[in-house]
Amino acid sequence: MNCYLGVDIGSISTKGVIIDENNNIITSSYIWTEGNPVNAVKKLINILKNNLDNKYIVKGIGTTGSARKLIGLLLDANIVKNEIMAHAVGTLSIYPDVKTILEIGGQDSKIILLNNGIITDYAMNTLCAAGTGSFLSSQAKRLNINIEDFGPLALKSNNPVKIAARCTVFAESDLIHKAQVGYKKEDIVAGLCKSIVLNYLNNVGKGKNIKSPVIFQGGVSKNLGVLKYFKEILNTDVIVDPNSHLMGALGIAILAKKNSIGKTYDLNIQNISFDTKAIDCGGCSNNCELLRIYKDNKLIDIWGNRCDKYIKN
Amino acid sequence: MGDYYVPAKYLLSKIVNADILVAPFITAKTIELGSKYSPDFVCTPFKYTLGTMIEALDNGANILIQFGGGCRYGYYSELQEQILKDLGYKFELLNLITNGKANVKRIYKMIKRIDKKFNVLKGLYYLFITIKMVKYMDKIDDYIRRNIGFEITKNSFSNLKQEMLNKFSLVNNSISLYIMYRKYFKKFKKIKINKPKDCLKVGIIGELYTLMEPFSNYYLEKELAQYNIELKRFTNVTYLLVNYKKINKKALKKSKQYMKYQFSADASSNVYWTKYLCDKKYDGIIHIKSSFCTPEIGVMPLLDKIANENNVPMIHFSFDANTSEVGIKTRLEAFYDMIEMRRK
Repeated sequence: MNCYLGVDIGSISTKGVIIDENNNIITSSYIWTEGNPVNAVKKLINILKNNLDNKYIVKGIGTTGSARKLIGLLLDANIVKNEIMAHAVGTLSIYPDVKTILEIGGQDSKIILLNNGIITDYAMNTLCAAGTGSFLSSQAKRLNINIEDFGPLALKSNNPVKIAARCTVFAESDLIHKAQVGYKKEDIVAGLCKSIVLNYLNNVGKGKNIKSPVIFQGGVSKNLGVLKYFKEILNTDVIVDPNSHLMGALGIAILAKKNSIGKTYDLNIQNISFDTKAIDCGGCSNNCELLRIYKDNKLIDIWGNRCDKYIKN
Repeated sequence: MGDYYVPAKYLLSKIVNADILVAPFITAKTIELGSKYSPDFVCTPFKYTLGTMIEALDNGANILIQFGGGCRYGYYSELQEQILKDLGYKFELLNLITNGKANVKRIYKMIKRIDKKFNVLKGLYYLFITIKMVKYMDKIDDYIRRNIGFEITKNSFSNLKQEMLNKFSLVNNSISLYIMYRKYFKKFKKIKINKPKDCLKVGIIGELYTLMEPFSNYYLEKELAQYNIELKRFTNVTYLLVNYKKINKKALKKSKQYMKYQFSADASSNVYWTKYLCDKKYDGIIHIKSSFCTPEIGVMPLLDKIANENNVPMIHFSFDANTSEVGIKTRLEAFYDMIEMRRK
């Protein structure tokens, strides 16, 4: 039987999904990227392979997420697409009438507006990673709380402290100040969750017409505290799918199915050596940082060049 | 700024007897130099022009020409002059525009200082030709933008354009310039393209420097052309030199329901152009500016409102000295996917 693999390599976590012809998830996995996307993907593929029945043949591979291009080369993917498309397609396969997708990931957050299954508008956070998962996890570490306990703890609070939501740096100094003057931990945690929501709505969701059904996904959607304040502030129901963290991977798997070129893929990538070397070109005053990519010690691509000078030589 | 160094060099080399150095092409080093000596929160064009000035001075220039106005740019030349003098450079800076106005008498005196034999009539004559040249260039550019996304042989447009610019800089009178322009326009029209009738159309608006200097917008137009999109851009030197007042007046009249008074710089024109692009049923609008560009920030909510009312997607980009290129590409790719999906 044919199946299709979708891999979503984010800054914090790497997600993989294998689907059948009817978009049903056969197996999935969610692991930490730990700053090394190549290793993470090798690990991920190994897990998926072990869970996959022998009767399935992989007929398509898609990659998305911030390391999509690199991993696309590694896996020889038949489609490499941005996260916005992947998330929209994945969500639409489960909720065909969705109007708004809120997504908060490790280092970026986005909002996607849809109408009749078509993306009509989207926005992504700009330069800084304020109000994203990485901020939450670093604050959890500071407060010595497991990120998994963050949500339940926030729900205990009846009186979240007010934390400056505009900028992470200000939020952090606010947070330290509140902790030092003696506010309870749960109130601070709840305040943090609320500030994430306010930050998101002020920056990413600015001027966007948020209509229900609203779906919340990305790693942060697992945080019950953030979910609570989204519901409260938007004054509408916010749905979190049990697979909300896998939507990007699911979407790209579906896109891989649609764009399948009939090729059969082998998931034995453990022994492929995949290496990158960075050098400065030095050919002109642009001094482009070039990244040379080797697969099995063979140069397969060069990135970062503004012209063809280096490649020609 | 883009290819406009050609007419600028042409004009100067014709009217004054001095060595004209063309500023080196903007590279990563330019912006590195510029950012190093600029206030951090100044807008990016300041950093680019300062970097260019330093590179020009290092190449041996001793007179710099700067003009600007409309927004904070109006006092940039004074500030840049001070920064460069503090760095120990010896040079003369000619600021063509002061207090937001070009004073003809003052400019005359300045040119006279560079070259004592300067002849006014000759100067005006070549100024006339130069303006014509800019106009022709802009017309050709407009054609290129509409079609470059569909070229069959890669680089056929840019190669021909380079050839045309070389030829332009050799002309001596307006008639031969006109003949040259006609000739090249025909050549451009002969370039084979593969353009469907209902191709995607995107308009680009925003702050002028970021729009016109491709390095500062990370070659946005080139990137977009790869997606087979027809592009429309209004801001060019013809607009700045010739049509600025006319279009701003028109903008105020045509966009009465949105604004009562004029915004500074090109912001009011952008309001008008947004409405225009919406009316012409463009598939999307891209609004770009340098970070901290005050007039454009002020007008953004208004642009969003117009785009929303007409149901045309709009995306904003803010470019700084070190913006992540990957981030821009992701957003552009998603924008393209979205407008393509909407079409269906």
